[in-house]
Amino acid sequence: MSNVSKIEKQAALIREISGVNPYKCMKCGKCSATCPAFDEMDIKPHQFVSYVQEGNIAALAESKSLWKCLSCFACVERCPRDVKPAKLIDAARQIVEREKGGDYLMADEIPTLLDPELPQQLLVSAFRRYRR
Amino acid sequence: MQRIGVFVCHCGSNIAATVDVKKVVEMAAREPGVVHAEDYQYMCSEAGQAKIAAAIAEKKLTGIVVCSCSPRMHEATFRKCAERAGLNPYMVEIANIREHCSWIHKNMEEATEKAVILARAAIAKVNLNAPLKPGESRVTKRALVIGGGIAGIQSALDIADAGYEVDIVEKTPSIGGRMAQLDKTFPTLDCSACILTPKMVEAAAHEKINIYTYSEVEKISGFVGDFTVDIRKKARSIDANKCTGCGACQEKCPSKKSLSEFNRGLNTRSAIYTPFAQAIPNVPVIDREACIKFKTGKCGICSKVCAAGAVDYEQKDEIFTEKYGAIVVATGFDTIKLDKYDEYAYNQSKDVITSLELERVMNAAGPTKGHLERLSDGKHPEHIVFVQCVGSRCSDERGKPYCSKICCMYTAKHAMLIRDKYPDVKVTVFYIDVRTPGKNFDEFYRRAVEEYGVNYIKGQVGKVAPQPDGSLLVQASDLLDNKQIKMKADMVVLATAIEPDPSVRPLATMLTASIDTNNFLTEAHPKLRPVESPTAGIFLSGVCQGPKDIPETVAQAGAAAVKAIGLLAKDKLTTNPCTAKADELLCNGCSTCANVCPYGAISYEVKLINDHGVREDRRIAVVNNALCQGCGACTVACPSGAMDLQGFSNRQIIAEVDAICR
Amino acid sequence: MPLNEKTGEFTPKIVAFCCNWCSYAGADLAGSSRLAYPAEVKIIRVPCSCRVNPMFILRAFEKGADGVILCGCHPGDCHYSTGNYYARRRMTLLFSMLDYIGVEKGRTRVEWVSAAEGVKFSTTMNEFAAKIHELGPNVRLEDLRCKN
Repeated sequence: MSNVSKIEKQAALIREISGVNPYKCMKCGKCSATCPAFDEMDIKPHQFVSYVQEGNIAALAESKSLWKCLSCFACVERCPRDVKPAKLIDAARQIVEREKGGDYLMADEIPTLLDPELPQQLLVSAFRRYRR
Repeated sequence: MQRIGVFVCHCGSNIAATVDVKKVVEMAAREPGVVHAEDYQYMCSEAGQAKIAAAIAEKKLTGIVVCSCSPRMHEATFRKCAERAGLNPYMVEIANIREHCSWIHKNMEEATEKAVILARAAIAKVNLNAPLKPGESRVTKRALVIGGGIAGIQSALDIADAGYEVDIVEKTPSIGGRMAQLDKTFPTLDCSACILTPKMVEAAAHEKINIYTYSEVEKISGFVGDFTVDIRKKARSIDANKCTGCGACQEKCPSKKSLSEFNRGLNTRSAIYTPFAQAIPNVPVIDREACIKFKTGKCGICSKVCAAGAVDYEQKDEIFTEKYGAIVVATGFDTIKLDKYDEYAYNQSKDVITSLELERVMNAAGPTKGHLERLSDGKHPEHIVFVQCVGSRCSDERGKPYCSKICCMYTAKHAMLIRDKYPDVKVTVFYIDVRTPGKNFDEFYRRAVEEYGVNYIKGQVGKVAPQPDGSLLVQASDLLDNKQIKMKADMVVLATAIEPDPSVRPLATMLTASIDTNNFLTEAHPKLRPVESPTAGIFLSGVCQGPKDIPETVAQAGAAAVKAIGLLAKDKLTTNPCTAKADELLCNGCSTCANVCPYGAISYEVKLINDHGVREDRRIAVVNNALCQGCGACTVACPSGAMDLQGFSNRQIIAEVDAICR
Repeated sequence: MPLNEKTGEFTPKIVAFCCNWCSYAGADLAGSSRLAYPAEVKIIRVPCSCRVNPMFILRAFEKGADGVILCGCHPGDCHYSTGNYYARRRMTLLFSMLDYIGVEKGRTRVEWVSAAEGVKFSTTMNEFAAKIHELGPNVRLEDLRCKN
């Protein structure tokens, strides 16, 4: 697979998982204004949107922010354009985890799977995703 | 047999992008009666109309079908074109393949098939069309302006200056509208009241203008040139003819706890009140919900102190009916409710206010007498934060998807005024974009930054948290510095989105005027007829049509007035010739049609009828074309099927049904 | 039975009679707001809902329509003041008769849509078309002599 098409595929996958259209963003910065974990992040919530727009998923996957996001969804709640940066971050995490092989999470599998290294917020967001 | 020409418009790509116009032409050409079919980029253009005219002459067409936009848009255009080419204008039918087809369907095959069917129906109809000749109707030389803000006042003044009678209906106790609530205006910093009150006085003093304040439009019927409007004059409980406006009643009124609407609820007023000192008319109103006399039956102080004896507790709402030739809608706007924006703490802190509230705070007649102070404790603020785009440009259900247009400029104005009057106060403005298209607008904004030292930060405020010490913690982003900012502020001012006044929706229904999903009234054409409603005789003035500032509002108000004057200047309008007509041979004079006619247009005559050689006197229905509006109620009621509607005859509609179901 | 030649699916024929003053303009608004509804719906413009003769509706069914909807102004808002009341009464009578001869209830409908209600127009048409899809082809009233 060529590099370009892989990037495109990943960006499309992020859009699909998150159900978010990053092009709706008007760059107001309310997400970054809202974020309680802002200082801990290297890529700020409002930058996430441009990373997905540009298809720079590799940088996202390696960023600290991916695991620093608390999934508090404050940005989702307040985004005036329905862009929901936390959902994009969540989707990027899913992609990273899927590439590692851990595709989804069932509630009764948790005790056997529980890994002290597994970031807490991924667990929380995975529940959020699969709670139904 | 008719000789029909079919003209399919591409409308640029509006139609051609989803409808295969060549296919429509090809299919239409096969229909019975069609002797000519062609397509063109823009049928409504001069070249397009020339093609139609040429085809009418060359092919000796007796009827044409234009497959294009809605007949509400260009039916008149094509009828005029046909008339110029020597064809009766009522031999034109429109197949609406834009609004009803290309714009709503994405699948080209599906849309093309539908367009073909719509064309087919129009061809089937025009096959049965007959030439019609319009009649004439009179024009009532009087205009109604709904809304007494700057838009309504300006429209009324312009119409009245042209010599026509104008009535202004305003629902609040005084004219003046939103502009009366403003302190200063951008970009000149004129005092709003100083430029508005002379206009209010002029309107009140104008011999051609009648102002009905505290009144609402109750019912509208009729049509262009001849509207009949019921206006409800709500009971003021004051005899306006006796009241001298001395104000003694307001001073002595013991019920003083009602929130002042004029001051946006920032302070209170008495139960008997005039909204503001320069109110026109300067006649108070009793708020019956708050008045002790009305609530308990005891009190009556205002009546006792009124030297003129003007207080009348028994007064009742009065409904009167008036006729108008033209109606100007100028219902204006309000700011949106901020209940859904918890993050700005608007409902939690008195020191978080909207910009319109700040106007009242800055105004000498406002709740703080014009002193800039915190509304919670009256302290002088050290730092004020302005937040732009609160509820504007929101695609979620909390706000409005459009730009409110005026906020960037009034925020620059507020910031500048505060820095000018109180140089010790720090002012920070959080913006997403600063939009300043307008004469001297950008210069004004730059002055705020360069000369007055207003701190503009690109970023949005995410949270305002009231602190125990009474200050407000503002958490925001600085996008250019890629930082999150936490700063203490003493006041936060929200540039709240504006929305059309809620009263416009029921009014639009009464007017049968179209309105968009944001409750702005739709113009007849977004570019070329921006001040007219698609419903004839209805004109749009001010923010009811879309967000605009004062100069734009005044300009539009003038434009709407000119359109209304153009209508009122005519002595007669041509009427719709699509009226009912009875077939004398079938009519048996039973009177059923006359009973359902809402206009009393049907009468009966005894006529000598030659029924296939049998000559006898029969009582038959006769329609008065000047009165008939062409609704068609009689055609369905007629038991013998004698009554038919010209232009929408039974045969024509059945032909359309057949064509669609074929 | 109207089947799509390519897909073999049922594509109903739906006739919508729309009052020029309200629902026709509402349909225009739906169009300019790009609010989609099925292409199966074809609109016939009438000056008022009271112009619609029950005969037109029967004729449509006879010629193979699968659903007929009549849209007029909201009660009290008729451009001709009382036309929609006549339409309402006539349709009530017609529909009860159709009911009597066994035509399913959902095949005919009267809806009030104002010029301001583009969204309502589109949702009404979507709902109505979905209902007709659910009911399937109209067989009871179609005049088979019209068919080859």
